[in-house]
Amino acid sequence: MQGVLHQILSGLATGGIYASLALALVMIYQATHHVNFAQGEMATLSTYIAYTMVTAGWSYWVSFIATVVVSFIMGVVVERVLMRPMTNAPVLALVGVFIGLLLIVNAMTGWIWDFTIKTFPSPFHSSTPLLGGFLSGHELGSTVVTLVMLLCIYLFFRHTSLGLAMRAAAYNPVSSRLVGVRVGWMLALGWGLAAAIGAIAGMMIAPIVFLDPNMMAGVLLYAFAGALLGGIENPLGAVIGGFAVGVIENLGGAYVVGTELKLTLALVIIVAVLMIKPSGLLGRTVMSRV
Amino acid sequence: MLRRRTLLTGAAAAGLVPAAPAMLRAAETPGVTATEIRIGNTMPYSGPSSAYAVIGKMDAAVFEMANDQGGFAGHKVKFLSYDDAYSPPKTVEQVRRLVEQDQVACLFNTLGTPTNSAIVKYCNAKKVPQLFVSTGAAKWGDYKDHPWTIGWQPTYQTEAQIYAKYILKEKPDGKIGILYQNDDFGKDYVTGMKDVLGDKFAKVMLVSYEVTDPTIDSQAVQLQSAGINVLLTAATPKFAAQMIRKVATMNWKPLQFLTNVSASVGAVIEPAGPQNALGIISSAYLKDPTDPSWDKDSGMNDWRAFMKKHFPDGDLSDSGYVFGYGVTLTMMQVLKQCGSDFSRANIMKQATSLKELEIPVLLPGIKVNTSPTDYRPIRQLQLMKWGGKTWDRFGDIIEGVAA
Repeated sequence: MQGVLHQILSGLATGGIYASLALALVMIYQATHHVNFAQGEMATLSTYIAYTMVTAGWSYWVSFIATVVVSFIMGVVVERVLMRPMTNAPVLALVGVFIGLLLIVNAMTGWIWDFTIKTFPSPFHSSTPLLGGFLSGHELGSTVVTLVMLLCIYLFFRHTSLGLAMRAAAYNPVSSRLVGVRVGWMLALGWGLAAAIGAIAGMMIAPIVFLDPNMMAGVLLYAFAGALLGGIENPLGAVIGGFAVGVIENLGGAYVVGTELKLTLALVIIVAVLMIKPSGLLGRTVMSRV
Repeated sequence: MLRRRTLLTGAAAAGLVPAAPAMLRAAETPGVTATEIRIGNTMPYSGPSSAYAVIGKMDAAVFEMANDQGGFAGHKVKFLSYDDAYSPPKTVEQVRRLVEQDQVACLFNTLGTPTNSAIVKYCNAKKVPQLFVSTGAAKWGDYKDHPWTIGWQPTYQTEAQIYAKYILKEKPDGKIGILYQNDDFGKDYVTGMKDVLGDKFAKVMLVSYEVTDPTIDSQAVQLQSAGINVLLTAATPKFAAQMIRKVATMNWKPLQFLTNVSASVGAVIEPAGPQNALGIISSAYLKDPTDPSWDKDSGMNDWRAFMKKHFPDGDLSDSGYVFGYGVTLTMMQVLKQCGSDFSRANIMKQATSLKELEIPVLLPGIKVNTSPTDYRPIRQLQLMKWGGKTWDRFGDIIEGVAA
């Protein structure tokens, strides 16, 4: 019984990882209606930038804020330079760009910082393990950060006119342009915000899995499963989905399907959700009139 | 027409054999000219595993030294080493290029388990010696299935056998658990434990992880809650570091064994926290360049002198350089034993008749031995324990059980 409890808590901790990256996926989807496959690698790059700042002797929180700002600019630049020329391109061409971006960023981080794992500092120290070793201070702290991010995104999209304009630009670019929304800049803003959220996710994940160029490869897949499970248009859904995938994966791996099929379980979740409720558990079915 | 030509060639060959054997051999020996012998290799010079590339650079430097000293029976080695980025499809492409276009006499020290697995059938079908591959998978010792392929370092299976022997002696009633990577590498450790534990293996708890898993936390929890008190971690560096730290943060104190693949101080122990790794047992067969007990060792001094000459900027704590040096010295012995006959058959024959060969960078007492029915050149190891700052070797040189 203690084992089950421990598995659930450990699953929540890993789920927190998925949830934070899932939020970045939701952000980009809300803003552009695309899923950026390079989201994970961009987050890894941001984490390396933070790592460089910290090793250069900057304090953690200064590096943290600087990294978020730099990542935001990076996201905007990527949209302006790479995505803008593709405005009218078919979806497959966009997928090509996303995958190219993934490979380029991955190879670049490996080239600059090499592939050996690095320790990334955590701002949340705990001298003694919490709950008898079930949870570390960092796991608790990063979960809180994820929840705060969730709240901010929720407030931004629901209660600010900018958030509304961004949603409108993604949902119906033509009508938005007619009512005066600057669609191009809304898309760039979405990329910037997604990159910034990704950077925070990266900095929360790196102390747990160690920093290396392929840090996000596995995480992105689970984050995607989480986002789809909860609803990729709904930040709250994505976070709940991320936590749920973490727990399901742990319990399933330990007691049901065995550790060999843990990843398969995540993929089964994706397929099942797409078949039964494509908009996710908390997603709304949107109908568009043509 | 066709038949006549075949007949004619056959007749000509038959007539020539007794008359001019040397000439015929030169024509029939791929990769060998009057002054040169071509040897092929693949290495991850780019990509995630590029840290291993120092091995390829070292191999090339040692051959260069041999050439400067006069080469082998008047032949200089031309070492062709290509980048495969540790990606099996690329390895196949590069090895085909080496064999068919560059016409190498043999392959030497191609690196990686999945990469070598991708070319082993091709090499054996073409009867190209695939010598001293840089991987510890047990399958390279299988002389029946692939007689043209041979490993060098102790196999993962041998290593696990040695840990199992130690467990039986020191903690016979321990509850054993194994965390292993779900591939050839990890499964070899399971097999090795099984070889030695026999009936007791039924009670061993096996937990696997995939390289795509973000963390191994769940596996660690599973092992701890089952009451495991002897733990073997057969994991690659990132996961080994995660496991060492997780075990420590869970206040779990099993007797821990760690694959020597992940015994690197810089890549695993430092990130995991040196204090978290206290008491972990691993094993070694090479002299550790950071171990002060080799400061006055003549073998290691030769190696340091070599490093100074060829790699003045090389990292002296990187054991990849020691590995490359040792394995290429073994290859040099094979080429010396070949005499003037560098045919593929003779290269393979000499590689499988090394007797009591001492390599200066192997731990004292460990010798290289091969025979046509023994394709495991090194099969001895010494245990070592992490003392907080360095690995401390202890006990005798131990040999794995016979195949």
